[in-house]
Amino acid sequence: MEYTLEARGITKTYGDYTAISDVTLKVPKGSIFGLLGPNGAGKTSLIRIINQITMPDEGQVVLNGEPLHPKHIADIGYMPEERGLYKSMKVGEQCIYLAQLKGLSKREAKARLQYWFDRLGIEGWWNKKLQELSKGMAQKIQFIVTVMHEPSLLIFDEPFSGFDPVNADLIKDEIINLRDQGATIIFSTHRMESVEEMCDHIALINKSHLVLEGKLNEVKQRFRSRSYAVSLITDDAQSTFEKVPMDLQPQSTQLKGLDSTLDFTIQLPEEVTLPSVLNVLTSLGELVHFSEIIPSVNDIFIQTVRNHG
Amino acid sequence: MDKLWLILKREYLNKVRNRTFVIMTFVSPLIFVGVVLLISWLTSINSDEIRKVAILDSTGQDYAALFEDTERTDYILLEDMTQDMAVTASSEADYYGLLLLNGNQQGLEQAIFYSDDSPSSGFIETIETKINKKATESNYLSQGIDLNVIANAQVDNEIQLQKFSGEQTSKEAGWIKIATGGAAGYLLMMFIIIYGNMLMRSVIEEKTNRIIEVIVSSVKPKYLMLGKITGTSLAGITQFAIWVVLGGILVTVGSMILGVDAFTTPANADVIATTQDASKIELIANDIAQLPILKLVICFFIYFIGGYFLYASIYAAIGAAVDSETDTQQFMLPVILPLMLAIYVGFFSVMDNPHGTVAVVFSYIPLTSPIVMLMRIPFGEIAMWEILLSMVILYGSIFIMIFISAKIYRIGILMYGKKTNWKELYKWLKY
Repeated sequence: MEYTLEARGITKTYGDYTAISDVTLKVPKGSIFGLLGPNGAGKTSLIRIINQITMPDEGQVVLNGEPLHPKHIADIGYMPEERGLYKSMKVGEQCIYLAQLKGLSKREAKARLQYWFDRLGIEGWWNKKLQELSKGMAQKIQFIVTVMHEPSLLIFDEPFSGFDPVNADLIKDEIINLRDQGATIIFSTHRMESVEEMCDHIALINKSHLVLEGKLNEVKQRFRSRSYAVSLITDDAQSTFEKVPMDLQPQSTQLKGLDSTLDFTIQLPEEVTLPSVLNVLTSLGELVHFSEIIPSVNDIFIQTVRNHG
Repeated sequence: MDKLWLILKREYLNKVRNRTFVIMTFVSPLIFVGVVLLISWLTSINSDEIRKVAILDSTGQDYAALFEDTERTDYILLEDMTQDMAVTASSEADYYGLLLLNGNQQGLEQAIFYSDDSPSSGFIETIETKINKKATESNYLSQGIDLNVIANAQVDNEIQLQKFSGEQTSKEAGWIKIATGGAAGYLLMMFIIIYGNMLMRSVIEEKTNRIIEVIVSSVKPKYLMLGKITGTSLAGITQFAIWVVLGGILVTVGSMILGVDAFTTPANADVIATTQDASKIELIANDIAQLPILKLVICFFIYFIGGYFLYASIYAAIGAAVDSETDTQQFMLPVILPLMLAIYVGFFSVMDNPHGTVAVVFSYIPLTSPIVMLMRIPFGEIAMWEILLSMVILYGSIFIMIFISAKIYRIGILMYGKKTNWKELYKWLKY
């Protein structure tokens, strides 16, 4: 597999404080890579190293097969969590300036901005000052500034914060579109549902250490816990539930017991096989639903962080 | 390098297009000129008031005739009064003062000036000179000495000042040198303080705006810092140039309209009058021409740029280290202190002896050398190697300072919410 970015043994300390400790990870080309971790885990420190804002104390970052070099800033687009633009500068002028800093010519920058302004429906903002725009509007500008030099690696830190659901969806589609055009995307967020929805790879950093990395579905496989969701139709839900063998650790997930459907989860002990469980369950009532519970990213996150606490 | 230019251009345009900057550029000279004109106008009103001074002459030698009314003083001769009566009368009449001359035909014995004010020493000296001259003359006369003999015997030789090379100079040369050096040093100090602060604010603004992270992911903080320093200084030079031109025009126009001569206040009118001597003016012009002008101009630019860059990099580092302008206080003292010190060393030590130990040492210390050396140069005879050594030290320190500041800057601009102190800054240097 081809990797856009490889971090090898990255360590960064500030005095006595270790921000990142021996982190090694690979971001496959064309993936949407979720960089997860609790607040203060070291995600931003790692992102800043990738952006060459700070230098690692140890380790090496490799971008598209080459060790990181100042010329690579044109290959990376970074949208920091703390958004920032010059408040008193006009939108168009500002975008051109930032594009030029990324190495675009003025004419090129203008043409691409035209495209993006059309695409996001903000043509009329060119001569507005940033301080006249709302937060969500400024976010759109920030997004354009991040992507307009068509970098091969895009890093978004909490890209959806500040957007209303409609615009968040718009940006999500744009990100996926960029991925389809060949960009690799690193995506740092605390919104687990968007990780679930968009990411194909994830890495979890906790207290400066990398604690989990891999393809999302492989990670999920690893976190399977032999738990199943069950629905039975019986005459007497209460008494049927009591008949479920205790070694299956049944737990009711029923919120209201009005109808005759009984919903619960079970956890299979090591020695119990699936067919035998099914036998037991069908003997209790009409089995209408039986499915494995795949852990959500949210569960994986919480569980991993707790285990490494 | 391209990016440095981009940043420089943005900083410059952003500064000069800023509304406050534009307003300040055009309003400040108005305010300044207004204040100057106001002051000279007020002074002229002030001196319109005529002081009344009473004279009681009990010598019988008509000393009172010595005092003729001037523009600012009326003399009133009191007669047939005792001393006490005169004092009471003058006090009641609210006179500025009473000059009491006691004596008899043998001569003047005592002179007293009564006044509730404190008369200026110049005023008293004038009176003293007049009465002493008359008293001396009358002493000569009573001894039977012909005044003409005395007058002819009197020698009043003015010492001619010449250089070893034979060029003539005037006694005012010292003042011209002080004025030239002082103006250069003072200008540099003002420039550093005004535009250093402006630079610091713009660094803080970028930090609070949080745009800094976007910028430093495109360009090295070092270039951002250098671009900002240069852009701000160019904006400053633009503003300064406009001020000089506008100020000049406004003072000229204002003086003509209001009929106030801004440059000749009553205080210096006398000085100008005494130097109205044509040959003297020629000598002064000669002195100005003899200033090492080319050397001065070249050195001015080198020290101006050097001094500004040295302090600007400190200002930039301070801006990067704090979260808001209110937090800068603790860091300002080490910036202002050497500047003040340089000005004081310049005005006292250099004026006293431009080659004295203090003057020489401070013209090597980089934080003070731009100002002190600029003030030494007009006094001439500073060896080339001295100037070069001082410049090398200055520019060497700039490189070290920019290196240190860039480090503080690089870390500081990404630090939020932490109150920074000196210990913290020292720690950053080791990261």
